[in-house]
Amino acid sequence: MPNPTRIEINCETGVESIIELTDAEVAELAVQAEQAAVRKAEEDAAKAAEAEAKASAQAKLAALGLTADEIAALSK
Amino acid sequence: MPNTFSLIASSTVGAGGAASIDFTSIPSTYTDLNLVFSLRSSQAAASENIYVTFNGSTANFTARWFYGDGSAIGNSTTGRLIGFGTAANNTANTFGTTSLYIPNYAGSTNKSYSSDTVTENNATLAYTGLIAGLWSNTAAITSISIVPQTAPLFVQYSTAYLYGVKNA
Repeated sequence: MPNPTRIEINCETGVESIIELTDAEVAELAVQAEQAAVRKAEEDAAKAAEAEAKASAQAKLAALGLTADEIAALSK
Repeated sequence: MPNTFSLIASSTVGAGGAASIDFTSIPSTYTDLNLVFSLRSSQAAASENIYVTFNGSTANFTARWFYGDGSAIGNSTTGRLIGFGTAANNTANTFGTTSLYIPNYAGSTNKSYSSDTVTENNATLAYTGLIAGLWSNTAAITSISIVPQTAPLFVQYSTAYLYGVKNA
């Protein structure tokens, strides 16, 4: 199975070339994709934790007797 | 104020897809550059981050960007990110569109850039964002590559247009 290709456009000549990636470039892409997936998982986990903390704080405020409008005002 | 636009080069991805779109030997005869692209990636996801490379360099990029996704807003400082593309989980045949503006690209100071970006999706989840970035390098920009962050390929019918802008 051939490697993926990239498009290269020479702006001086206008010539467009379809160039097959080298094995090293394919390996580098795989590493970058793996790193990106790890970063995204970390970002998603951080967002989920933040949302959970927010919901928990709002529940505690409601338990103290604050209205929904008062809780919303605190979030602004 | 620059007021002329000239198409320098363009490309449409063919049936096999493309891992990147690279503009090389960019002439230094313009004042600014405007790269407009419409991209969709092969990744099974709701969007694809689009990264840029200047002169083959992936270093010394800093950025500030913020975005909305249909239900929430956020911000980040991820360098090299210049826009969002659609991905395989978006509505079929839709693309994410971005306009990247690079003033004084051939000068001898660090290179600032800005972009605005949106994705299409027939659902609540669709992204829009604004990005301000800096490439801390004083070299003239002679090549620009755009790559998907996670996907192997940009899919067929993705397009990129590079315009030169200069004073009349």
